[in-house]
Amino acid sequence: MTVKKLSKNDFDGFVDAIIQSKKVYGPQVKGEKYDFGTLSTSQDLCLDYDVSLLPPTKYFLPVRETLMTYEVGGAYKSEYDEESFVLLGVHPYDLVAINQMDILFSQDNYDSHYMTRRKNGTIVACDVVTPSANVFASSMGTAVGKDGCDLLVTDIGDGYVLEAVTDKGAILLAKANQTTEANDSDIQKRQAVWGANEKGLNKHELKCDPHYLPKLLDKAYDHPVWDEMAETCFACGSCNLVCPTCYCFDVKDDVNWDMVTGKRERCLDGCLLDGFSKVAGNHEFRNVQAHRFRHRLFRKAKYVPAKIGGQIACVGCGRCVDACLPNIANPVTIYNKLLDDIGIS
Amino acid sequence: MCECCTESKKDIYLPQMATVTETRLMNETEMYLRLTMDDGEFVYKPGHFVEISIAGIGEAPFTIASSPTMTNGFEIVVRRIGNVSNAIHNLKVGGKVGVRGPLGEGIYPAEEAKGKNVVFVCGGIGLVPQRSFINYVLDNRSDYGDVAILMGIKNYDQRFFQEELEGWVKRDDVTFLETLDEGDGRWDGSVGVVTTLVENVKGLLNNAVVPVCGPPIMYKFVLMALAEYDVPHDRIYLNLERKMKCGVGKCGHCQINDLYCCMDGPVFKYSDLAKVPEAI
Repeated sequence: MTVKKLSKNDFDGFVDAIIQSKKVYGPQVKGEKYDFGTLSTSQDLCLDYDVSLLPPTKYFLPVRETLMTYEVGGAYKSEYDEESFVLLGVHPYDLVAINQMDILFSQDNYDSHYMTRRKNGTIVACDVVTPSANVFASSMGTAVGKDGCDLLVTDIGDGYVLEAVTDKGAILLAKANQTTEANDSDIQKRQAVWGANEKGLNKHELKCDPHYLPKLLDKAYDHPVWDEMAETCFACGSCNLVCPTCYCFDVKDDVNWDMVTGKRERCLDGCLLDGFSKVAGNHEFRNVQAHRFRHRLFRKAKYVPAKIGGQIACVGCGRCVDACLPNIANPVTIYNKLLDDIGIS
Repeated sequence: MCECCTESKKDIYLPQMATVTETRLMNETEMYLRLTMDDGEFVYKPGHFVEISIAGIGEAPFTIASSPTMTNGFEIVVRRIGNVSNAIHNLKVGGKVGVRGPLGEGIYPAEEAKGKNVVFVCGGIGLVPQRSFINYVLDNRSDYGDVAILMGIKNYDQRFFQEELEGWVKRDDVTFLETLDEGDGRWDGSVGVVTTLVENVKGLLNNAVVPVCGPPIMYKFVLMALAEYDVPHDRIYLNLERKMKCGVGKCGHCQINDLYCCMDGPVFKYSDLAKVPEAI
């Protein structure tokens, strides 16, 4: 596909041209951190952000969304968000997470709500410029990559290299007026960025190939690490909320003020939360905090991988490490401890 | 994007409307309902479950209580215990509910059990999911070997489907044994937990399929009792309860280690649960 170069000044014009034509979400400053939000001008875009507070997967699986509407006591009508949009500035590790969600929501039972949003979205990925404090994407093999995005943007210092990965991306790239063909030097510079990120996004180093993790966990179910780590767990669910591969949800009915109409909403839920597995009659099947803690790590590196062709459902974004108050959520700490105790065999 | 994006907008979460054609309060907490789909056909097998919706209140899973041999709709039994079940208890004949289903890929071995004995072990409201398979077996009686139904229930007042149970007592091609955890003056039958009944049907067990359903506490004791008679694990079927919120393998609530109760179950072979410590 087409690879172009655009100067940094002209890039702003390109972003503004996209904003003129479509709804655009991108990373922006939020207090001392960054988060994705609606972009009204290119000036608000922070493409050199380190990591967003919430993962961009929320634009496909929102924290809260309406699945259907109804009249109380009557029939249901499916509701879909049909607005097309551009998701600008997705880091490669988050792109991997989106690709995994695509498989999970389309396989077996096709989730038309997720997939409608996904179909309406154009993803512009960008290579990481500023590694975040807890990123370990290099360890997970997710630091670099363009599969699943429509357009890839790489900051090479004196400008951006833009590669249209899909037709959708090519259409978007056509909005950039001042592009030149990327020359060999530009491509080499991009390769250097990739080379640096493949090794450099690694504040926590996993001591094994991530694909070994399911085997490791096979031998770790009764290991004391779960009790030890979960001892200080608040069961707050922050690790679930910020994780780009956590997709468990709850569904609730909400009646409008007119007491006649209402909506059925889906909202994110978390397996760390008390009551997540509680059934009618108050029987809680996973009622020990350490078991819920273990369940999250087993989902990431054993249960979900079995559903998505062996891919590890932890992309190394480090958000859970940032979000966890008692500092027990770091998957690398846990997996490395298990590797030390159990070893690779 | 992949070819799946071309799929139509079939909404896996959208309930279809059904009409309540019969209701009966069976004891203080259990209500029987017969439902008929408004758009006609509803094909299911013993062990399937449905998600029932009351618009404005919510949705909850219920195992189908009737056998597919019954025509004219299907039956559920609902214990009054939460928001949705309370709302269902308030329904009258002619009332509307939303239905998604039938759901579940792990169902009762209606075909595999043919030619074998079938020994049902039911605890309390666990009779309800079992009833679908029980009535299926009784309606196709000549296809199966000896049939026994072991029923344990807490006390006399919680008994339900009593007419039907009395019918099973009278049949000479079924062994029906019932015990109460707490006996009282109105009851002259067995007193004790359901596992005390297993010995009475030990002669049937060496060639039996054994479907089990009851409260969580019951399973281990039943499995221990069956182990005494060396019932192979691949002939014990456990109908498990979990919070099957979405019913289609997405929401994560019903996960039992790597299994989804809604997709892999709700009926599991005990032998398939050997490496699933969260199952019981």
